[in-house]
Amino acid sequence: MSHRFTDVDAVREGLSKVDYLCDSGLAGVVYLADRLDKPVLVEGPAGTGKTQLAKSVAEITNSRLIRLQCYEGLDEARALYEWNYKKQLLRIQTEREADVGWDNISTDIFSDEFLLTRPLLEAIRATDPIVLLIDEVDRVEVETEALLLEILSEYQVSIPELGTMEAVQVPLVFLTSNNTRELSEALKRRCLYLHIDYPSMEREKEIVLAKVPDITDNLADQVARVVRSIRRLELKKPPSVSETLDWARTLVLLGVQHVDADIAAETINILLKYQSDITRAGKELATVEGLDS
Amino acid sequence: MTVADLAAPELPAAAGDPLLDLLNGFIAELRAVGIPASLTENLDAMEAVKHIPIEDRDTFKYALAATLVKNQAHWKAFETVFEVYFSLRGAQYEITEDDLDLTDIEDADGEIRAEGDRGGAGDMLSPEELAEMLYRALMRGDAEMIRAAARQAVRRYAGMEPGRPVGGTYYLYRTLRNLDLDGVLERLMDVAQETEGDVDDFELRLKRDTYELRVAELKRQIEAEIRRRLVADRGVEAMAKTLRKPLPADIDFMHASREEMASLRKAIYPLTRKLAARLVRKRRHGRSGPLDFRSTVRHSLSYGGVPVEPKFRHPRPHKPDIMVVADVSGSVAAFARFTLHLVYAISSQFSKVRSFVFIDGLDEVTPFFEGTDDIAEAVHRVNTEADVVWVDGHSDYGHALGVFWDNYGNDVGPRTTVLILGDARNNYHAPEGWIVKALREKARHLYWLNPEPRSYWDTGDSIVGEYAPHCDGVFEVRNLRQLEAFVDRLA
Repeated sequence: MSHRFTDVDAVREGLSKVDYLCDSGLAGVVYLADRLDKPVLVEGPAGTGKTQLAKSVAEITNSRLIRLQCYEGLDEARALYEWNYKKQLLRIQTEREADVGWDNISTDIFSDEFLLTRPLLEAIRATDPIVLLIDEVDRVEVETEALLLEILSEYQVSIPELGTMEAVQVPLVFLTSNNTRELSEALKRRCLYLHIDYPSMEREKEIVLAKVPDITDNLADQVARVVRSIRRLELKKPPSVSETLDWARTLVLLGVQHVDADIAAETINILLKYQSDITRAGKELATVEGLDS
Repeated sequence: MTVADLAAPELPAAAGDPLLDLLNGFIAELRAVGIPASLTENLDAMEAVKHIPIEDRDTFKYALAATLVKNQAHWKAFETVFEVYFSLRGAQYEITEDDLDLTDIEDADGEIRAEGDRGGAGDMLSPEELAEMLYRALMRGDAEMIRAAARQAVRRYAGMEPGRPVGGTYYLYRTLRNLDLDGVLERLMDVAQETEGDVDDFELRLKRDTYELRVAELKRQIEAEIRRRLVADRGVEAMAKTLRKPLPADIDFMHASREEMASLRKAIYPLTRKLAARLVRKRRHGRSGPLDFRSTVRHSLSYGGVPVEPKFRHPRPHKPDIMVVADVSGSVAAFARFTLHLVYAISSQFSKVRSFVFIDGLDEVTPFFEGTDDIAEAVHRVNTEADVVWVDGHSDYGHALGVFWDNYGNDVGPRTTVLILGDARNNYHAPEGWIVKALREKARHLYWLNPEPRSYWDTGDSIVGEYAPHCDGVFEVRNLRQLEAFVDRLA
């Protein structure tokens, strides 16, 4: 079987071409997922680019992205497949005049024609290259997780009336989780695990430079450093990468060349969303003394 | 890949392959630490290393982590084990035993000495030269230089003796004591202030953060270097055993070091979030209430009097009132803090939470938690502002409980669950066990949480035994895992 990537560096370079900057660890895991044909479970704080990773990988591999957004109460009919009940009914009614036997109809109405594919089945049956994104998998109940197990480990879906559908080609699967609950062992065991944390200061600066047009190197550097300092504090919700980018864009729009204490204090509400966090960060950054002293 | 492939993978090589042996030992050690690495994950790891060259150490590490470690809380433990097992096996991957002796390190240092602007004369850098090198490394923030400085520092100051059975902490302490990193930091800050005269405080603060992070990096490097040398001296297995550290959920509240405290604080937030989510779910998806006879009979009429469709009452989940009475004297303070934190973080699961802290006096601290959404801050205020000393600041359960009974005893009602937190080390004061008994009679439940191991109970001045008969339950709660289990039960 052909692979999507030749080596780890190919992954990294490909991703950086679509402005997704990552370290070798992340690239290595994506590469392994391709080689071992295993799904990747991506965890990490909100706004660090978990969903974006799947999108970017789809982009560089020229694959179609199929997305299953998870929510509480997600069921088989929404995730896997559903019988087109109305069409089946119509079919039965049309057949009534023709007086076809029961056996004929019953085999007839449970055929491909009456099957509505949902994201998971669609990913399996597609003939073009696919990246399947199962977003926020921690939102479904533990029992519903079991729906995913068959497709994740064997890339097949069993439909009682039709038999087992095996994947035409193995899709690259990403699952993301915000870690609001512990996922089941069974699910974790089937996946490669990747934790995306906040990027290092240098990486964040590169991200800012890549994503925010017209920003000066100097300002990007300052933005990254301020954000790093803020993340060191014990906050309810540390700023995410997307919030960093919002802040950088705002600064550019305001025509700021150099961030000082006043500007930081005025615009910090873009980075932090809780009043207690804003107060604390404001207080902390006003002092010269570091955290350790 | 199908499951059949996974179950019977072609192993990379016959047993005896050094990499495979090493990996086996590595995984055994991970399990010993408490990371649950299953058989399939083990096989995945073996499969993974076929695709990732070990020379690319970072990627190799992440590849192993991706297959073996499925919980971020275990990452640190994994990293330590990884370093022990693969630290000496850098770019030139060789596994013959001869390579593991100290000459290898001497050679490595030779190169660094050259980097450190010094000819071959003499054995090591003088303290002044080392201090200068350190200063420059931190100034520039060059990772390579910081590593070199760390190596030199360990060489110069740790005074490591082959075969001596001490853990790395001792050497780390010796090295750090000699380096005076605080002084270096001050110097860096002074220079920053002078050379860039027009910078404001904000810029200085950012600079300081930068330097502090570099110093932290240096400390990490020093630790790694000491570990590397210890492994070379005493062998991988022995070192892995010595360095084995508990996972955050298993850290003992009473004996946590400063770093462990920090990791506990980090662990508690996701834990409360998960706990809250779980409890909400439990409520929502819990079984429906008891059979509603009237409604069932009413509905049976449409089936000709056959109760086909049983009807149930709406469940009215009981939300308990909580009163936390916590001993906050020295040794058990950390435990009280974490419990308060946890209880308040899920306070929406209770109809009311009141909290009291004591040492030998008792004070209500509920107001600290009200109207603030920053629990950590409130807990901090409890530590600094609560008035808990009556005579001498040594635990006196008898007196503290007496105050509680006199002032707040009337607030304890049949819907109240009372939690008493403490080790019941009473300094030989009067126990006043009757108060606990009386409280239990008024309250719905009364639980005692003791952060000491069960085997220590009733030794010395511990008088858990005096109170235990009057409680609905006495629990040993020494770590986050046990605390979580208890709170889960409670709500």
